[in-house]
Amino acid sequence: MLRFALRRFVVALLVALTVMVLSFMLTRLSGDLAISIAGASATQADVEIIRKAYGLDRPLVLQFLEWIGRAALGDFGESFFFKARTADLIKERMPITLTLGLTGLILALLVSIPLGILAAVRENTWVDRLVQVIAMVGQAMPSFWLGLILMITLGLQLGWLPISGTGGPEHYVMPGIVLAFSAIPALTRLTRAGMIQALGSDYIRTARAKGLSRLSILGKHALRNAAIPVVSIAAVQLGFMLGGSIVIETVFALHGVGFLAWESISKNDFPVVQAVVLVLALIYIALTMAADLLNALLDPRLRAA
Amino acid sequence: MSDTLLEVRNLHVEFGDTVAVRDVSFSVARGETHCLVGESGCGKSVSSLAVMNLLARGGRRSAERLAFDGQDLPALPERRMAQLRGDRMAMIFQEPMTSLNPAYTIGSQMAEVYTRHRGGSRRAALDRAAGLLAKVGITAPGMRLGQFPHQLSGGLRQRVMIAMALMCDPELLIADEPTTALDVTVQAQILRLLAELQRDLGLAILLITHDLGVVARIAHRVSVMYAGQVVESGPTAALFADPSHPYTRGLLDCVPVPGKVRRDEPLGSIPGMVPRIRPGFQGCGFRDRCAHAAPVCAGEVPRQHGAGAHEFLCRLPPGWTAREQAA
Ligand SMILES: Nc1ncnc2c1ncn2[C@@H]1O[C@H](COP(=O)(O)OP(=O)(O)O)[C@@H](O)[C@H]1O
Ligand SMILES: [Mg+2]
Repeated sequence: MLRFALRRFVVALLVALTVMVLSFMLTRLSGDLAISIAGASATQADVEIIRKAYGLDRPLVLQFLEWIGRAALGDFGESFFFKARTADLIKERMPITLTLGLTGLILALLVSIPLGILAAVRENTWVDRLVQVIAMVGQAMPSFWLGLILMITLGLQLGWLPISGTGGPEHYVMPGIVLAFSAIPALTRLTRAGMIQALGSDYIRTARAKGLSRLSILGKHALRNAAIPVVSIAAVQLGFMLGGSIVIETVFALHGVGFLAWESISKNDFPVVQAVVLVLALIYIALTMAADLLNALLDPRLRAA
Repeated sequence: MSDTLLEVRNLHVEFGDTVAVRDVSFSVARGETHCLVGESGCGKSVSSLAVMNLLARGGRRSAERLAFDGQDLPALPERRMAQLRGDRMAMIFQEPMTSLNPAYTIGSQMAEVYTRHRGGSRRAALDRAAGLLAKVGITAPGMRLGQFPHQLSGGLRQRVMIAMALMCDPELLIADEPTTALDVTVQAQILRLLAELQRDLGLAILLITHDLGVVARIAHRVSVMYAGQVVESGPTAALFADPSHPYTRGLLDCVPVPGKVRRDEPLGSIPGMVPRIRPGFQGCGFRDRCAHAAPVCAGEVPRQHGAGAHEFLCRLPPGWTAREQAA
């Protein structure tokens, strides 16, 4: 298990390095940074001064190594737009996004796992079909649209929840629901498929032949095997959620990292864009690694691999 | 306490519009080995799963009588049935590679059946498991308890399945083709093991096989199944002495007899396939493959007594085989 974990960690580091190179290159390749920083009205001389000031005249490799060295120490430079250190901006916004992401994931798992199990246990009955219809409708519904509907009903008409802004837990309910909804269809379908496969397997027949309780058969023997693909996809879904949080935080004016990404992209604030992309990517890499480790705990065959 | 442990009378199982088992009757006495034998698809597994109430989804069973130790099984709610399974009646399967849960250790899977039915500590259950692993011929049982199924060979896994089935000292062990998926040498070991356990523990075994050689070696009684029916049944010696159903004859002709089969000669087999039986099917299920088929075989088939206290389901007169050989 330890060897598996170590090897998985090395892979994660390599992926992280690749992401860093890519995110660095993308911002450099999307036009001359000195010109876009200087703005439309700047003279050639202004541009040159800026190029020097930001070190953009030095070789790319040097720029990259410097950026990576600083990034490793948590220094992403100054934001052009916010007149603040990028790292501080992210540190301030991150808890909001993580709270939203976690709320969304927990809600999604709480809904999709029981629904998936229910559909599998009642395979080919109306319960199963209803669950599948729900999953399909959920899939087809754009999150900004669901967000607007929730705002109108729960927010404006019923007045139960604030419709926008950053604040206490009540501000996370609607965005959390919207975020969860984006992951529920895939997770439900996967839980259902995994459970159906597990329930039809020989080892479940053995478990029944042993006279085990229904709870043990479903919860211990079937779910543990059905959970393996669900865990993998849950990590990927959480990655999508991070991306989705850009839309959702914007819709609900929740000032998290997603909102910051939207602001900095529209303001051409490249140190922030770069840092946000990197941080989101690192979170994603950490999540998939965590998922693989969890799966290795669930499935002993993976540990040997 | 009655001598008959399992009694099955006129068992009927349908899957949709397929009749998998019809009018099957047999009984297993305490301490005896009863074999269900027949080609693949004859309804052997379905019969045994119906006894355990483990039929796959869509399977419907009915029976005039289905009783374990005098208890009427269909009348039991599933919760009570589950209390019998694994405790007083245990089952092992044809597929040792997939019948154990890949996610849990051997020890965990063996212990849970004991703690479920008998309670007590996990520690005590593991000790018992180690003892049984040793009994079924597994060396270093303590080490095996901590291993996962994928770390064991097929033969070892089947031994684990047998040991697991013995955890609660069952009175009846149902073994559905326990050796079919294994190497020939391992097959022989497993069969010897079952025979030993039977003798030592006084187990009643319902052994399912398609191999008459196996039957000859360990069965006290045999029921030959074809197309969902028991076509011939009785004490092993009597049945082998006077096989009276043409299907039984056909099966016996497929068994290699030392000295009689030449090395380069392929083993015999009965031409044709087991038919799918639909509701309302009339007559003998074997008539399409039978060399002795006659128009009357499409009607009611009589159940007759053979010479040696055994029964068969055929129009042909008892003793026809002897006369045929004489002629
Ligand atoms: N789960 C199932 N669904 C539909 N039909 C089945 C199912 N299981 C068994 N059957 C039918 O029952 C017949 C007998 O199967 P089985 O008892 O498994 O044969 P065997 O004698 O090889 O053990 C098969 O030919 C098949 O048509
Ligand atoms: Mg079978």
